[in-house]
Amino acid sequence: MTETTRAWLLSDAPQTRRQARMGALYQGWLTFRANKLAMLGLVILLALLFVAGFAPWLSPQNPFAQNLADRLQPPSAAHWLGTDALGRDILSRLIHGSRITLFIVGTVALVAPVIGLFVGTVAGFAGGWVDQVLMRTTDIFLAFPKLILALAFVAALGPGIGNAVLALAVTSWPPYARLARAETLTIRNADYIAAARLQGAGPLRLLIGHIWPLCVSSLIVRVALDMAGIILSAAGLGFLGLGAQPPMPEWGAMISDGRTYILDFWWVAAMPGLAIFIVSLAFNLLGDGLRDVLDPKGGAE
Amino acid sequence: MTPLLSVRDLRVSFPTRSGSFQAVRGVSFDLGRERLGVVGESGSGKSMTGRAILGLVRPPGKVTAERLELDGESILNLPERRMRKLRGARISMVMQDPKFSLNPVMTIGRQIMESYRLHSGQGGQAARDKALDMLRAVQIRDPERVFDAYPHEISGGMGQRAMIAMMLAPDPEILIADEPTSALDVSVRNEVLRIMDKLVRDRGMGLIFISHDLNLVGQFCDRVLIMYAGRVVEELPAHDLHAARHPYTQGLLNSLPRLDQPVERLSTLQRQDSWRDADIATPLPGGL
Amino acid sequence: MLTIKDLDVWFGHPPERVDAVRGASFVVARGESFGLVGESGSGKSTILRAVTGLIDTWSGRIEVAGQPVTGRHRSRAFHKTVQMVFQDPYASLHPRHSVDRVLSETLHLQGMDRIDQRIATLLDSVGLGRGFRFRYPHQLSGGQRQRVAIARALAAEPQLLLLDEPTSALDVSVQAEILNLLADLRRDRGLTYVMVSHDLAVVAHMCDRLAVMRGGEIVEEMTAAALRQGAARSDYARDLLAASRGYAAG
Repeated sequence: MTETTRAWLLSDAPQTRRQARMGALYQGWLTFRANKLAMLGLVILLALLFVAGFAPWLSPQNPFAQNLADRLQPPSAAHWLGTDALGRDILSRLIHGSRITLFIVGTVALVAPVIGLFVGTVAGFAGGWVDQVLMRTTDIFLAFPKLILALAFVAALGPGIGNAVLALAVTSWPPYARLARAETLTIRNADYIAAARLQGAGPLRLLIGHIWPLCVSSLIVRVALDMAGIILSAAGLGFLGLGAQPPMPEWGAMISDGRTYILDFWWVAAMPGLAIFIVSLAFNLLGDGLRDVLDPKGGAE
Repeated sequence: MTPLLSVRDLRVSFPTRSGSFQAVRGVSFDLGRERLGVVGESGSGKSMTGRAILGLVRPPGKVTAERLELDGESILNLPERRMRKLRGARISMVMQDPKFSLNPVMTIGRQIMESYRLHSGQGGQAARDKALDMLRAVQIRDPERVFDAYPHEISGGMGQRAMIAMMLAPDPEILIADEPTSALDVSVRNEVLRIMDKLVRDRGMGLIFISHDLNLVGQFCDRVLIMYAGRVVEELPAHDLHAARHPYTQGLLNSLPRLDQPVERLSTLQRQDSWRDADIATPLPGGL
Repeated sequence: MLTIKDLDVWFGHPPERVDAVRGASFVVARGESFGLVGESGSGKSTILRAVTGLIDTWSGRIEVAGQPVTGRHRSRAFHKTVQMVFQDPYASLHPRHSVDRVLSETLHLQGMDRIDQRIATLLDSVGLGRGFRFRYPHQLSGGQRQRVAIARALAAEPQLLLLDEPTSALDVSVQAEILNLLADLRRDRGLTYVMVSHDLAVVAHMCDRLAVMRGGEIVEEMTAAALRQGAARSDYARDLLAASRGYAAG
């Protein structure tokens, strides 16, 4: 990047709306970049996206092709990460499985915080009986262990990847609602909200234009940090046979398949486990870095 | 006579994305048994000077000085363990808002006892007596009640008095007061100042009074340092404040609305770059 | 312009009810600048918040430009008549909204046209210049933020401006600039001011008349000239005046 572009971006006196917005983004990027571990997380996740995007071209073999003659082979030149009980190439299954993982994580990350944001900010902003009704509902959801509730949902709706995602989303919104409500309560009485009220701004405008932008950043951080938990819950459902159904190469289900052979053929369960571990870690690192950038309390410095 | 505190070329800098930011740029002064006022606007480095003396500048901030001596003994960048012994026992600090500097879950009495016990080693009844004495010394009428009260149960003025009692319990030689009355109403303010003044004078302590209020410092202190952009731009006896020569000091004085002199428009300050680095208008007597 | 009669404001419900203002009455004429003086907790800011509807637990009578207001709801016309500037410029601007966004939203809400042009005029009138239009609050100093807040209040072209300690969070040199700006705006636009402050000198400089408050009640009403001469009738106002003349040893 040239020196002038940099100066343009870092200018304290932006001349256009676009420059102001780009400048703010660039400042954030600089803060994020200073955190080496967060960068590592970002690189891993970009790699995951790449792998998922080009799975058919990247995977060395067909993930569904069984070859009983080659079953439970240790890692070798032919099968880099070995083969499973049906002789399928584990590497190819992991690569195709990344699509499923991303699908689950992405959908839950889109649905749960949005429900949470909506419920939490409305409850915090409206107060009174609206607050009571919404937060007691949230409490009911919080009272159940997450995985048990998800199990109940899946059991009722029937096993399958779509239902698993739905169950995870429905069970993971309450903490976001609580977070958003707490933020709203502190923002609600701020002078800038009072000032906007004095201009005649209605509740909907205050909620969407003024309160949401401040809540969203802490929610994004929280979601990134929770991603690991969501992947693990999805894997847990898969492991119990209630998530992805065979022969789908879902990582949790793959661990479940490998469980029987774990003592003699460790790689069957360990390889997908390792993949889950790395991706979870990457999301955690990314969340930490995002907190540096998005936390409004540190934002002014 | 050696001064209580001697500071030469004190500098505090913080690394930032675009090089290092110098909050304090070469401050020098001597403090005897007197009331020294340090005045400046926000960002002038006045508070940072006080924190640097107490070793309270947090990393990555860096403190350097040619000399930073307490009774002829260097206290520059002492290890935290030795600094902690010094803090409270020999130099104390009163902060702006008692709400944030008193521990909310401990009674006032216990906090004063604690600070006394830590530095004198005496505990039990002796510490309790001392605490009640101190509360009486800061003119709290009902010391027994305040002794057992929690910080949220007393008013701001009372809290600031308790804070002063706590800071003076170990009999320090120097008290650094950082805007001790800015959070208080005027009527309470004068009372707190009077108490602080009496204690400091009776005990022969040195006081560094950091404030943004030029008039107040002029009335309360013996000597005044005026800081601008991390440097001392002028130093003069407090009673000569109205005869200040530096344009910055004059500008500050003139920009205040006054009850006794109505004006149509307030004069505003035209800042000049030369103030940042020009020589000090009135150097220390005897030169440095 | 503003008439307040027997105003009571309270917070909470019995038995924890706190009466913040008790039986306050005063009248501010059109074009006048009126000061409310008192120490913390005297209820001076609470009156402004009751007038603007930010507090709805009040009784008594509030009339703005001859129109009585009730409860919490305020009409569109009210917002075009009355605006407020808050004490802390660090808390009164949304941290994620640029100056441009703040002003254009305000103008939009007030149903103004030619928004681009008006933003430029507004920035000029508070002495900021157009270079500030796309800055975020963290790129502004305290004085500049307060100028933005004043611009926001002026956007509606109000007649009555409520000033809640507009300079107490600022350095004295910046305070002088803001006070001069407020004085200029009042002269040029024929505004009416109600200014709350704990600083008697500031109120004496800015206002024609003032009321001294203590513990939620108005102790005394006097002119700025009387204040300057120290001609206070009540003991409390005299004490306050003596205290704010500064510290005297003894």
